[in-house]
Amino acid sequence: MDNYEAVIGLEVHVELHTKTKAFCSCPNEFGKEPNTNVCPICLGLPGVLPVINEALLEYAIRAGLALNCEIAAFSKFDRKNYYYPDLPKNYQISQYDLPLCRNGYLDIEVNGATRRIGITRVHMEEDAGKLVHGEGGADYSLVDLNRAGVPLLEIVSEPDIRTPEEAKAYLEKLKSILSYIDVSDCKMEEGSLRCDANISVRPAGTDILNPKTEIKNMNSFRAVQRALEAEIKRQCAVWAAGGTVESETRAWDENKGTTVPMRSKEEASDYRYFPDPDLVPIVISPDRVSRIRRELPELPDARARRFTSEYGLSAYDAGVLTASRALADFYEACARNYRDPKLVSNWVTGEFLRLVNARNLEIRDVKLTPAHLVEMLELIDKGTISGKIAKTVFEEMFDTGKRAEEIVKEKGLVQISDEGELSRIVEEVVTANPGVVADYRNGKEKAFAFLVGQVMKATKGKANPQLVNRLLKERI
Amino acid sequence: MKLSKKEVEHVALLARLALSEEEKERFRAQLNSVLEYAEIINQLDTEKVAPTYHVLPIQNVERPDKEHETLPLEETLQNAPQRDGNYFRVPRII
Ligand SMILES: [Zn+2]
Repeated sequence: MDNYEAVIGLEVHVELHTKTKAFCSCPNEFGKEPNTNVCPICLGLPGVLPVINEALLEYAIRAGLALNCEIAAFSKFDRKNYYYPDLPKNYQISQYDLPLCRNGYLDIEVNGATRRIGITRVHMEEDAGKLVHGEGGADYSLVDLNRAGVPLLEIVSEPDIRTPEEAKAYLEKLKSILSYIDVSDCKMEEGSLRCDANISVRPAGTDILNPKTEIKNMNSFRAVQRALEAEIKRQCAVWAAGGTVESETRAWDENKGTTVPMRSKEEASDYRYFPDPDLVPIVISPDRVSRIRRELPELPDARARRFTSEYGLSAYDAGVLTASRALADFYEACARNYRDPKLVSNWVTGEFLRLVNARNLEIRDVKLTPAHLVEMLELIDKGTISGKIAKTVFEEMFDTGKRAEEIVKEKGLVQISDEGELSRIVEEVVTANPGVVADYRNGKEKAFAFLVGQVMKATKGKANPQLVNRLLKERI
Repeated sequence: MKLSKKEVEHVALLARLALSEEEKERFRAQLNSVLEYAEIINQLDTEKVAPTYHVLPIQNVERPDKEHETLPLEETLQNAPQRDGNYFRVPRII
């Protein structure tokens, strides 16, 4: 396998969270009762006239610009014809030869190196409905058309990706950018981001184009990475055994941990695209493009660079903090109001993210506010609580949304900095552990840490550590 | 331009039409005459003519992103050959 390299291209579909559908005024909403979110247009009834949602065009241009694409001055919609029960018109409104955006790229970081992945095109299209298959061997399916007509972007990468890790990094960066510009929530688990992969392998260092397979049915970023790993292994084995890889569509089987051939739904894809006569051409003026460009927020890469220069963070920490706009906003709201931005970064990338993941939360649903974190750090600075106790306080703040001061009072967590009280405890610990004290006097440094630990234990972690150190040193 | 029977069968499959042998032959002849007519048009010199993507001289018709009322369920399903609760019911494909 070491002698081979993979050639991978990704095709990503994202649902745009406009208020209404792409070509009709039905709400673009998830989770309604089946077939209650439809109208004659998205049902494909005869005689209706679809009209493009201006928000779809705005979002698509925004995405194109954020992905460094050229925006076509002239663009149009085409009909992609195929018969499937989830597609009421028997064609999907899509874009064929004149997509809205072309020739973009995004940069990914893998193992400390930056790679630029080309984006061939970004085009607009509509989603299909959903099929629910009958139980067991039932010979029928049920159709829900609520999703029919929901606006999608199809984002096609160049075959520039070389490893499964790069594929995952590409998807993470894409999700990050699209969330920053607020066009989609990009949740692969909920189907608002879907990804297919084209992959072939070839002897490393050559530019041979071998037959490729298309991999479908991957429903998490992790699944994409694992499916590609398994498919590279499979293709390498075929070539190594003197065989030939068949060009075909395969599905990722999570349980088997391998890709399996898919039965094709058409004898061949033959979509007979033609311009949709119901939708008029789209002419985008340079003014409109520059207005949308001006309105773009600071994007993740630029923000990460600024975090390293403005707050003195490492490139790695800046990358973690800026991957999500909500996280970067939270961090920055704290960092601007506290003397030590690096310390804030440690708390946010450490305890904060640990709890977000452990509690399975979205950052915007976290009760803890940036102001509360700053207040807690100031309590440490003032010596009211120790750094150790702060972790307990932080977790309580995170879960309840209460202020640090309140929690400290409620739970009696105020740091013990009273010299008399601590001296008494130090004395007790020294008397109770004559052997350890002797070890320390014979040069065993570890013995000292043990004694500090005993004092901490006796005070339930509330002793002021600097003071304990000084008092112990003086005593023994 | 001669359309083969195989091509007629392919197009029929794409359109999910079951054709009898007699129909295949009849449509092959009819489709052939359509294609022959297109060939006549193809002879025109269009070197200096810009491609026509749309017959109307209109562009950029957009609507605001505002919700309108949806169709009542009973109306949505009233013409469905088969219904199952809230759903359209269709023959299973895969
Ligand atoms: Zn509709």
